[in-house]
Amino acid sequence: MKRSFVAAIDQGTTSTRCLLFDRSGRMVSVAQRPHQQHYPRPGWVEHDAAEIWQITRELLPQALEDAAVDASEVVSLGVTNQRETTVVWDRATGAPVGPAIVWQDVRTADRLAELTDHADPDWLAERTGLPLSSYPSGPTLRWLLDSDPGLRERAEAGELLFGTMDTWLVWNLTGGLHVTDVTNASRTLLMDLRTLAWDPELLACMRIPASMLPEIRPSIGVVGTTRHGVPGIPIGALVGDQQASLLGQTAFDKGEAKCTFGTGSFLLLNTGTEVVRSSSGLITTLAASAEGEPATYALEGSVAAAGSLVEWCRTSLGLIRTAPEIETLAATVEDNGGCVIVPAFSGLYAPHWEPDAQGTVLGLTSYIEKGHLARAVLEAVAWQTRDVVDAMTKDAGAAMAFLAVDGGMTANNLLMQTVADVLDVPVIRPMMAESVSLGAAYAAGLAVGYWPDRSVLRSHWHRAAEWRSQVGAAARDEAHAAWRDAVALSIAWGHRQGARRHGPPGVADDGRAPIH
Amino acid sequence: MPGRVQSVERAAAILQVLASEAQPTPLHHLASALGLAKGTAHGLLQTLKDVGFVDQDEESGLYAVGVGLLQLAAPALDHNELRSRAINWADALASRTHLAVHVGTLEGAGVVVVHHVFRPDSRPQTLVTGTSFPLHASALGKVLLAHDPRAMRAAMASGLESHTYRTVVDWPALQRQLADVRDVGWAADVEEREPGVAALAAPVRDRSGYVVAAIGVEGAPDELCDARSRPLVSVAGHVTDAARAVSRELGHGRRP
Repeated sequence: MKRSFVAAIDQGTTSTRCLLFDRSGRMVSVAQRPHQQHYPRPGWVEHDAAEIWQITRELLPQALEDAAVDASEVVSLGVTNQRETTVVWDRATGAPVGPAIVWQDVRTADRLAELTDHADPDWLAERTGLPLSSYPSGPTLRWLLDSDPGLRERAEAGELLFGTMDTWLVWNLTGGLHVTDVTNASRTLLMDLRTLAWDPELLACMRIPASMLPEIRPSIGVVGTTRHGVPGIPIGALVGDQQASLLGQTAFDKGEAKCTFGTGSFLLLNTGTEVVRSSSGLITTLAASAEGEPATYALEGSVAAAGSLVEWCRTSLGLIRTAPEIETLAATVEDNGGCVIVPAFSGLYAPHWEPDAQGTVLGLTSYIEKGHLARAVLEAVAWQTRDVVDAMTKDAGAAMAFLAVDGGMTANNLLMQTVADVLDVPVIRPMMAESVSLGAAYAAGLAVGYWPDRSVLRSHWHRAAEWRSQVGAAARDEAHAAWRDAVALSIAWGHRQGARRHGPPGVADDGRAPIH
Repeated sequence: MPGRVQSVERAAAILQVLASEAQPTPLHHLASALGLAKGTAHGLLQTLKDVGFVDQDEESGLYAVGVGLLQLAAPALDHNELRSRAINWADALASRTHLAVHVGTLEGAGVVVVHHVFRPDSRPQTLVTGTSFPLHASALGKVLLAHDPRAMRAAMASGLESHTYRTVVDWPALQRQLADVRDVGWAADVEEREPGVAALAAPVRDRSGYVVAAIGVEGAPDELCDARSRPLVSVAGHVTDAARAVSRELGHGRRP
């Protein structure tokens, strides 16, 4: 049989990668490059969409060249991306009208009611599956159009296009195809979760001209063919990064879950064709859809600070030179020495939903050294994961037998051990930690029949590592109680009289009541 | 102000002369270049050799700047950084060979396993990350012995302990094996560390080309070897491919 491969572009928060996979789902090539992070004001996070496209168009040929693969041997390309990041560009010139506003950006956090014309948050959640927060791109897009009358005018005139990163890259790869997929569209607060179409009522309350919006396509299915980067490759899939990793873990069926440890950490539970509503404010989202099949849904809970917390230790505190060194530093001490960190950098999300909570470091004594801080950082990631797992198992009505993990931070053995200790279930890393890219490749391959069906993909899944709890119930319960107390203090600190979040200008110091 | 320490000055001068010579240098040349008695120069060179700043060719007796000195400038590779760079290629190696994968680096007098990927089947397995393997009795260790003088010094200091009846415990035999390792680019251990276990490993290099780690596979002897207990070249090919990929990840062979 003639050799052939599938490609994946993984446009992430800090870097873009292009990977090639063979028919057994094995990585044969990876090319990666980081892009600039811009923090123009506290709480704002921006990317240069033009830079990201430039990087992508160079990485694609590089990945092929590294593995000596010809473009004709690549049967399909899957695009996966950081979700919710908002790009607006000129339909005629293709030039972005300004910086891309990243999902981590909290500029809309205190104006959400205004940006949705005071729509009832319960109604919004019912229609879109999303709790009202600064993440979805709809309110961000409204913020952008409100910030500049000239932009709104051009948008109303049909001169501007909106997209998340998937849309932006496909538009550039194909030379003008304006599409997105259901998983990305489900994160805009503009799509009806059941009809899988842009909702006129939602568009109206966020004052978004329909002409700006891309066409919503199934996640799995050929949307077009590349003309730039490497020409002539069918684009077989578009899928948001977390949904892609659900596919990469082959969690195709109801009841299967995964947790990805990246910049943030994201737990998704496949709920099949059923739309499950959470009682603790988890997100109801699309898992995937394919041409001619009913869409599948998922419950999602996220931890805002995982890898980003380690990055903060590196860049802001200067504790470490490279991210993996956090484990080396944490391993210099036996335990946290009584130190607990609650990284509520922009409030606490699911399942606490305390946007005013502020980060805290507790239990400082002269005994505490930087190793203890490093350990407290890793433990904070683990306990936040536990909080989300508890909420999810409650919603799903079934305990978890094990936690399937992936993402760059699974290279951190101490973190994985700590997660196992905290959850008291085995933590299992599959053979391919890069399940986001693998999932995009799987989706793209399924779209063109490279793999006949999903069961073939399941046979690729193997355990690469497994961690089991090494602590007793008493120690775990004691640490859990300490974490709960620390979270309560972090919430109280944010609610105290005269609390000022040193966040984006205009937050809490412009006299407006904070929005809950 | 305290006076200058003469022996440190002289040692520094020796290193400067060695660094400026394109060829390995004989003792008498060094002694005369620095105006030292041969005995004095010899004493200084032996100490520099012991700490790894000078290498001496065993046959010719000529001296050259040692690898240890060059490595001073580069900070040691963090174990967790190494794992993080190796993880994807280790996965791919396990998937291609259907064997367990280890990544190891020198620590003390052994090779410490910094990363372990289970063999892709359903049998129960436990992570051995953090375990130390003997240098002379493991494939990972032999890779380091063949390329890293610090590993060789550690092995010479601790001696060749027997772990199984197949462990190579005499130096000439081990030296012959290490020469082969350098020639073919991979090392093997067939039931030398543990009965019923065979392993193959290849060197991982950093940006400047130094061997900083080894990556290899482990399994039953009949999975890695032919009927006459010779390692399978096909498996070795996968191992060297993975080692090359991890080296690229660490900057080896990339444009600066």
